[in-house]
Amino acid sequence: MTDIIEFKNVSKSFGTLRVLEDFDFKVRKGEKVTLIGPSGSGKSTVLRILMTLEPFQDGSITIDGTSYHQPGGKGPFKANARHLFDIRKRVGMLFQHFNLFPHMTVLRNITEAPVSVLKLSRAEADERARELLSMVGLEDKASSFPAQLSGGQQQRVAIARALAMRPSVLLFDEPTSALDPELVGEVLNVIRKLAAEHDLTMLMVTHEMRFAREISDRVCMFDRGKIVEEGRPSELLVRPSHPRTVSFLGAVLGEGVGGLGDDGDQADPARAEKPPGPRGDTKLFAAG
Amino acid sequence: MGVWTAYFEYLSVGIEATVVVWTISFISAVVIAFVVGVVRFQQVPVLRHVAFVYVEIFRGTSLLVQLFWLYFSLPLIGYSVSPMTAACLGLALNSGAYGSEIVRGALTAVSRDQFEAATALNFNSTQTLLKIVLPQAVVEMVPPFGNLGILVLKDTALVSMISIADVAFRAQQLRTMTYDSANIYMVTLMIYFTLALVVMLIGKLAERYVKPSFQRTPLLALGAMR
Repeated sequence: MTDIIEFKNVSKSFGTLRVLEDFDFKVRKGEKVTLIGPSGSGKSTVLRILMTLEPFQDGSITIDGTSYHQPGGKGPFKANARHLFDIRKRVGMLFQHFNLFPHMTVLRNITEAPVSVLKLSRAEADERARELLSMVGLEDKASSFPAQLSGGQQQRVAIARALAMRPSVLLFDEPTSALDPELVGEVLNVIRKLAAEHDLTMLMVTHEMRFAREISDRVCMFDRGKIVEEGRPSELLVRPSHPRTVSFLGAVLGEGVGGLGDDGDQADPARAEKPPGPRGDTKLFAAG
Repeated sequence: MGVWTAYFEYLSVGIEATVVVWTISFISAVVIAFVVGVVRFQQVPVLRHVAFVYVEIFRGTSLLVQLFWLYFSLPLIGYSVSPMTAACLGLALNSGAYGSEIVRGALTAVSRDQFEAATALNFNSTQTLLKIVLPQAVVEMVPPFGNLGILVLKDTALVSMISIADVAFRAQQLRTMTYDSANIYMVTLMIYFTLALVVMLIGKLAERYVKPSFQRTPLLALGAMR
């Protein structure tokens, strides 16, 4: 399989804070990759750079054959409008707070970009939107406004909205972190379905470790702007080798040294009496 | 009361001028406010500096002096203007400067998340402004614009100083004839207040119009009105 995303020596800082340094990263077409790590480790920044929401300083990025870089490596990133348009055409993103347009109905939220940007006819866009709405199980909510929906429903609309642009890469930035625990499942079910049925490349930042294990081909552990360990979820999440991964998973899963899948037989005695969470795949670790 | 009715009859001749000046200058002010507010918000090169200077000059000087300047000074540099033109131009430029800050403020208040969502869906900056940001900002602009409308109405009284025969002008005329200032200005106040009520009602209707239908309250549910 070919690489659809490539970061080459990318550096990114916010003021004096170095977030990514000499960062190299490749994703194959159709691959589902989960990025994990403590907050501030750079995982969300990777998604935001891919979506062109953040400039970067050094290095280059290639997305589906379109590359851009900052020549000389100084000053703010300035790719031309054509570049940005091409990249945004291929990449879609889901946000922690859904970011639906509050003044538009659900249907309009989904159809506005296909009509304005892709120049689809209103009828064609409506038809496609209704198909997507039934895929996310919300065909009866087409004429509701976002404020009338639950968080889980809003995120499902956001998924339909992103898919309506037919991206080849879909980025999920903590898609369930802002949800009530009992609404997490419905969103994960939709993402699960997407992962199974579509040839989409998916990059996800999440703290839902069980879910990550289930859908991803690869898990990357971030720490201080670097990937310190990566591998198949059945390996990395169960038998992490890097000490940072071990301590991170321990904290997130509320278990001891062992990773996901252990029955807690190696659990740290200090944590042993801590009761397990109400359910495995709910939010276990709040992002700071 | 009889004297009030008589005064009202005399003063009411000026209502037309007041309403005409208000309508022309307020509509122009709203147009100016949107153009200037958007230019400053989008940081359009060069124009943003022009807009900044315009806003600060017209906010920072007296409306009465602006009216005198337009009416008496422009002819000296070769532009003769009628009292009506000077009045509407002065009021429109002055309130447009204030209104542009309403527009800019409301645009700035739209969440960054909305811009990011628009970018992720590949809207260009014009589409983002027109389809995503402005429609949300307009809802926030309507109450302060209603406020501005009432302020402009009261400011129209100043145009009597450049010989527009509005309500305030008629009041002055009446005063020089009768010297019954207390009663004359009482009736004058009531006329302005009634006109202000009309402006307020227009504002409420506009607020209702810009809200999405599911948030609309019945117009007569006074308690539910903001």
